[in-house]
Amino acid sequence: MDWVNILLTTIVWIVEILLIAVPVALSVAYITYAERRVIGLIQARKGCNRVGPHGLLQPLADGLKLFLKESIIPTRANKFLFVAAPVVALTPALIAFSVVPFGEMSHSILQIHDGVRTWFADLDTPQVMAIAHLNVGVLYVMAISSLAIYGILLAGWASNSKYALIGAVRATCQMVSYEISMGFALVCVLMLAGTMDLSGIVHAQEGGFWHWYIIPLFPMFLVYLISGCAETNRTPFDLVEGEAELVAGYFVEYSGMWFATFSLAEYAALILISLMTSILFLGGWYAPFPFLDFIPGTIWLLAKTAFFVFVFIWFRATFPRYRYDQMMRLGWKVFLPWTLAWIAVVGIFIYTPGLQDIIGFYQPWR
Amino acid sequence: MIEAFFFYVFAAMTVLAGAGVVLARNTMYSVMWLIFCFFNAAALFFMLDAEFLGIILILVYVGAVMVLFMFVVMMLEVNKARLREGFLQYLPTGGMIALMLLIELIGASSSGVFDNEKVAAVGHLGAEVNNTVEIGKVLYTQYLLSFEIAAVILLIALVGAIVLTLRSRDDVKYQNISKQVNVRKEDRMKTVKVKS
Repeated sequence: MDWVNILLTTIVWIVEILLIAVPVALSVAYITYAERRVIGLIQARKGCNRVGPHGLLQPLADGLKLFLKESIIPTRANKFLFVAAPVVALTPALIAFSVVPFGEMSHSILQIHDGVRTWFADLDTPQVMAIAHLNVGVLYVMAISSLAIYGILLAGWASNSKYALIGAVRATCQMVSYEISMGFALVCVLMLAGTMDLSGIVHAQEGGFWHWYIIPLFPMFLVYLISGCAETNRTPFDLVEGEAELVAGYFVEYSGMWFATFSLAEYAALILISLMTSILFLGGWYAPFPFLDFIPGTIWLLAKTAFFVFVFIWFRATFPRYRYDQMMRLGWKVFLPWTLAWIAVVGIFIYTPGLQDIIGFYQPWR
Repeated sequence: MIEAFFFYVFAAMTVLAGAGVVLARNTMYSVMWLIFCFFNAAALFFMLDAEFLGIILILVYVGAVMVLFMFVVMMLEVNKARLREGFLQYLPTGGMIALMLLIELIGASSSGVFDNEKVAAVGHLGAEVNNTVEIGKVLYTQYLLSFEIAAVILLIALVGAIVLTLRSRDDVKYQNISKQVNVRKEDRMKTVKVKS
C-alpha cells in the first residue's frame, strides 16, 4: 500500500467533508437572518437591521451571544444523555448531506489512478459531486433523517421536565406519522425514475422543465413539501415547540451553545428537505430550459433550494399553527390514502398499453 | 486485511452492544444499546456490499421500531430495573433458546456454505451488482407467494391492532374535524348592512 496515496485520499475526504459542513453551518446562520428579514417584510416591519450594514452581522452577534452564555444542567436531569442529546440531534442532520449530489463536474482537481496522481485531470465521464455516491441514496437520506428524532426524544426525556417531555412525545408522533406519507411520495418518484440513486433520479429528469417530476407527480410534490415541513417541525406544524402551551418544547432546559446546536440541526434539516425536494421533483441541477445550461448546475440546484427555503419561511409568516389532532388527521387520513392512491395510479399508468407511451416520456431509462 | 480489521471491530461492537442491552440497569440505556447494536449489524451488511439491507435495517428498526420502544420506555416510571430479578425463573427457557441457537449456528457454519473457497468465489460481486434490483427481481418472481403471504399477515395484524383499540363512546363530546375543516365563511358569518 502506498502510504502517500492513503494520506492524500484522507486529506481529500476531510476537505470534501469541510466543503459541505462549513457552508451548511454558514447558510444556517444566514437563513436565520433571512427568516427574520423576510418575516419582517411580510409583516410590514423592518426586521433586524442594526448590527452591521443592513443587519448582516446579526447572525455573528447571535452566535457570539449564545457562545458566551452559561450552559446549565437542570437538577436531577440525566447528565450524560442531557449532554449527548444535542450531539445526537446534530450528527444525522449533517451526515445526511454526504449523499446529496450537488452537481456534476467533468474534471477533478485530484485524481488517483493506478497509483499515479494527476492534478486537475479531465474525466471521461462526468463525476457526481457528492461525498458518497450511494446506490440507495434516497433510502439513506430517509434513514438518516429519521434518526434526528432521537436527539429530540433524548433531550425531552433527559431534561427531567414535563414540558420538554411532552414536546418530545409530540415530536415523535409527528415525525413517525409524516415519515410514512413522505416515504410513499418518494415511492412514486422511484417508480418513474427506476433507481434509488439520487444522481440517477436527476438524470431521469434531464432536458427542460417539462421532464421534471413535478408535472406527473404534482400531488406527491405537495405531500412531500408539506410532510417535509412537518418533519422539520416548521411553523404550521411546530406544535413540538408551541410556546403558548409548552414554553419551547423539548429544548426548554437547554441554554447557550447546546440550544444553538438544536437550532443548527433544525435548520440543517430544513436545507436538506429543500435540497431533496429540488432534486426529486425539480430536476436537481438541470436548468428549466436547455439553452440556460451555460449556468453551472450547482447554481441551479442551490437556487431551487433557496427558493424552497424561502417558501418554508413564507409558510411560517402566513399560516397559523395547526391543532394537534388536526395535524394527525392530515397525516394519517388525508396524506396517507392520497399517496397510496397515487402509487396505484402511477403503477396502472405504467403498465396500461397505450398510456404507457405517455408516462414513458418521464421514464427515459425504459 | 483492513476489511478483516473492520469486520472484527463491528462484530465485537455488536456483541458488546448485545451484552449491554441485557446488562444495563437503566432501561433507557438498554434501548440505546440495542440501537447501537442495530447500527453495527447494518455496518456488517455494508461490508458485504449489501447496502440495501443495511439501510433498510436502519430505516425500519432504528428509525421506526426503536423509536416506539423508546417511547414506551420513556412513559414507564421504572427507570432502574433490579439486576438478576427472576433470574432462575427465566433460566430454563432462555437457556434452551440459547442452546438451540448455538446448535443451529454450529450446524450452519459446518454445512460447507461458509467454506473459504466458496466465500472467495463470491467475493465482492455485490460491488458491481445493484442489489436493490436483484432483491426486487427475486422477491417478485421466485418468492412471490411467500412475499404476498407475509404481506397479508402484516395486513391482518394491522387491521387487528386497529380493531382491538377501536371503540366509540357516545357519552364523550369530541370534535368532528372534517366538519370543522369544511366550514365555510358563509356558514358562520352574516354580513349586516348598518345604516350610517
